[in-house]
Amino acid sequence: MNLRQQASAFAVHAVLLAYTALALAPIILVIMNSFKERKAIFGAPLQLPSPSTFSLIGYDKVFGDSAIASYYINSITVTGGTIFFTLLFGSMAAWALAEYKFRFNTFLAIFLAIGIMVPIRLGSVALIQLIAQLNLINTLTALILVYVAQNIPLAVFILSEFMGQIPKDLREAARCDGLSEYNIFFHIILPLLRPALATVAVFTMIPVWNDLWFPLLLAPARGKQTITLGIQQFLGQYITDWNSVLSALATAIIPVLILYVIFSRQLIRGLTSGAVK
Amino acid sequence: MATGSDAGLMGMSRASYLRLLGFFLAPAVIIYSVFSIYPLLATIFSSLYLRQIDGTYVFNGLGNFVTLLTDTTWSVSFWNAMKNNFVFFLIHMGVQNPIGIALAALLSLPQLKFRAAYRTLIFMPTMLSVVIIGFTWQLILSPLWGISKMLLQAVGMGAFFAPLLGQESTALITVSLISVWQFVGIPMILIYTALLAIPDELADAATVDGLTQFQTFFFVKLPLVIPAIGLVSVLTFVNNFNAFDLIYAMKGALAGPNFSSDIMGTLFYRTFFGNQLQLGDASMGSTIATMMFLIILLGVMVYLFVIQRRIQRYSF
Amino acid sequence: MLKMSLKTMLLAAVALTVGTGAASAGKLTIESWRNDDAAIWKDKIIPAFMAKHPGITVEFTPTAPKEYNAALNAKLAGGTAGDIITCRPFDASLELFNKGFLAGLNDLGSMKNFSDVAKSAWTTDDGKTTFCVPMGSVIHGFIYNKDIFAELKLTEPKTEEEFLATLEAIKKNGKYVPLVLGTNDQWEAATMGFQNIGPNYWKGEDGRKALIDGKGKLTDKAYVDTFAALAKWGPYMGDGYKAQTYPDSQNLFGLGKGAIYAAGSWDISTFRGQKVNMGAFKAPPPAGSKDCYISDHTDIGIGMNAKSANAADAKVFLDWIGSEEFAGIFANALPGFFPLSNSKVAISDDVAQTFVSWRGECKSTIRNSYQILSRGTPNLENEMWNVSAQVLNGAMKPEAAADQLEAGLQKWYKPHQ
Repeated sequence: MNLRQQASAFAVHAVLLAYTALALAPIILVIMNSFKERKAIFGAPLQLPSPSTFSLIGYDKVFGDSAIASYYINSITVTGGTIFFTLLFGSMAAWALAEYKFRFNTFLAIFLAIGIMVPIRLGSVALIQLIAQLNLINTLTALILVYVAQNIPLAVFILSEFMGQIPKDLREAARCDGLSEYNIFFHIILPLLRPALATVAVFTMIPVWNDLWFPLLLAPARGKQTITLGIQQFLGQYITDWNSVLSALATAIIPVLILYVIFSRQLIRGLTSGAVK
Repeated sequence: MATGSDAGLMGMSRASYLRLLGFFLAPAVIIYSVFSIYPLLATIFSSLYLRQIDGTYVFNGLGNFVTLLTDTTWSVSFWNAMKNNFVFFLIHMGVQNPIGIALAALLSLPQLKFRAAYRTLIFMPTMLSVVIIGFTWQLILSPLWGISKMLLQAVGMGAFFAPLLGQESTALITVSLISVWQFVGIPMILIYTALLAIPDELADAATVDGLTQFQTFFFVKLPLVIPAIGLVSVLTFVNNFNAFDLIYAMKGALAGPNFSSDIMGTLFYRTFFGNQLQLGDASMGSTIATMMFLIILLGVMVYLFVIQRRIQRYSF
Repeated sequence: MLKMSLKTMLLAAVALTVGTGAASAGKLTIESWRNDDAAIWKDKIIPAFMAKHPGITVEFTPTAPKEYNAALNAKLAGGTAGDIITCRPFDASLELFNKGFLAGLNDLGSMKNFSDVAKSAWTTDDGKTTFCVPMGSVIHGFIYNKDIFAELKLTEPKTEEEFLATLEAIKKNGKYVPLVLGTNDQWEAATMGFQNIGPNYWKGEDGRKALIDGKGKLTDKAYVDTFAALAKWGPYMGDGYKAQTYPDSQNLFGLGKGAIYAAGSWDISTFRGQKVNMGAFKAPPPAGSKDCYISDHTDIGIGMNAKSANAADAKVFLDWIGSEEFAGIFANALPGFFPLSNSKVAISDDVAQTFVSWRGECKSTIRNSYQILSRGTPNLENEMWNVSAQVLNGAMKPEAAADQLEAGLQKWYKPHQ
């Protein structure tokens, strides 16, 4: 490598490092200060916790006062359930739209596309009444149903694009072998869709996990709160107690980051699956 | 969309063909219609009714829309929110997307070390809840904690400290930039994906022709990822005109000071659900929601019929 | 294979639904915006009730104040709200009653413990039906840090002039924020600012009633003067007060960094928790005032969801809320919320006592935007938040603020047209 190349490589890393620092600094600041005592939080917010300033008092309160474990279980159930049904129903519909000819095909495709553009939040009041009539208020099922409805359009949209890329011969050969349409989809097509499914899973997961709105309206009861709602309510209650506030924020952030780091390879692959040639 | 062949359907009776279609389509279509389309239609429907001062509703045709757009009681707030929403969108287009493209360009450089680490770390804020992000930044910019002041003083610019979130001139820009900070990962990843899809031979050929890496990016690769940039732009538009959480979390439902950070989402929320003593008004709220729907629809149409068509002529 | 997966899906769906559990008899949930007080409800108030009524379990499930109205309205519309509803005063709750969400409570035995004035915030315009049990009122004034006042040799200001002189002295010293008040969240500007000092200018109830029947206008001198007085506060409000949130203010004063806090009496318990050595003085009247007025606002009541599956138990609970026992617990567990019932309650907190003592010295009034005047669009209360914050920010002239309020009211309120 000559000098010029070295210099430009250095510049590239400098830029990327600087931006990475900008992206992480606020998160680090919160986590760092959550391990400090009140005086040190306000007195020297930019210093790392030292033996003399270290304190877990905020975490005592977070774990003592709130049902963190149940928040996490609820969030995982809702997010997992939503991803599962969105992928299943979304890919089934995408398959039918991409593969079969019928009179309302184009109409259905456009009908489903509307949902990509409009947030269901605009229909909250009718939705609440509907969920109440179905006796599903304060259930995680209600959240899953709403989130699946919200995410199906994008899933169908992305998956239809991918269906088109699957070689026609494959399906024809399967049909010649006498496989039923159901088997062709579940045993041949679905496995081929994996990268696209990963993409959809990622796009589904982030907003569902972080949503505050529908948990607040549809399942606010004790024991049914998701992590975002639980933390938000905890923050409301202890807003002047910064030890608790920072610990609650850190408690909401850290597990997501750990999971993210573990799965980031799959996640990025999911997001970039379009590029897998 | 209907690319299918009839081959696999030969020998299948009409009944079993319908059963087949029903099996694949029914779950998605039913859940979506019931839990998404029906509530939205109900919203649009109630935009045709007018709330009386005694709390009852009467049919008003398109009267609510006329009120919203022309009666100064409503139109001032509406156009203000609309203007702010466009500023919000333009800041995303002007800051978030160029930064995203630049980061994607750097990340896609051949032989870059620690590529995966950078990619992972820069995407991190996107993973976090807007509630948490809003709260965190509010703490950082808080005059009480004084972090931003300390940082400015450290570089000798303490005099430039200002309550960025509290001034009419800076509140909206500050909130927009925080949103940019959080979501820059999305354009970055989408453009990065598109850049990876460009055949290496193309870039190699350019290098052989004596172009620098910078020139290669600008003159060879960038034109090829214009479709992806178009997609990113329309996604940004849709998300920005749906935005609500961050401004609500940081500035409350009145989106102050003097509504300088009010966007369509906060205006809708305030109108629909009410505020301290303001009663929720389902009909005007629905009217605003319907307008949001139309704006987003218009934006997507422009993308589909104008931008995407143009692009397709140049794309591979 | 396919059948299997369908079956698993169904099982999964069923498993998710299990444990839904509709409201069971003997269990009441309370909707409230007082999430600050959650611990006190859980540890003191509810156990006291359950000791008397062992068959009924009560759960306090608060929502953050800024989401409360929206979430409650949505839940009521969907038929999923709790059995007991904490009532905002006046029109917000009246609307809920008119829509049939809140039950009438005239037959409640303990209603006789309340005066008509106390009940007025939760009674229909014709005076016939009361739909919430009055719980507490809050009084505005200023809380100050006694240690700082001692250090700087300051005394409680009695007039507006003295008040400004005191602020100037603290500012000169430079160690402390003279006046703790932020405008980021806007409502404090209207509530702790405008409504706090205003009654002295508009002569309390006289001015408030004149606005309602149209004899007074918001462009009158009294209101312009109130805004002019607020406009003088800016220089004393601490670096970056425009971005200062309500919790920031609470922390600033709680940490001993601020000298005077523009208060609502409910803040007392927050500062007790932070061990501030504090005193209180009432809004200092402007020069030449003969009488003094305080904002003594009926702020919080509690009612019953008309669709409660558990109405009998809910009434037992509400009846108890109206009792002397509750008033005593409430007043002392939450110093700064003053019970509205006729029963004599001894208040032990000395700062709370100071607040309540002003009732004997001055005339009480409620916030002028709460009754009737916030029924239309533009909403007067919202407008007051907005213009008060702007006046404090120095972004709006007092006359312009008054003009905007009056213009808004004129748009829909007949007596002002």
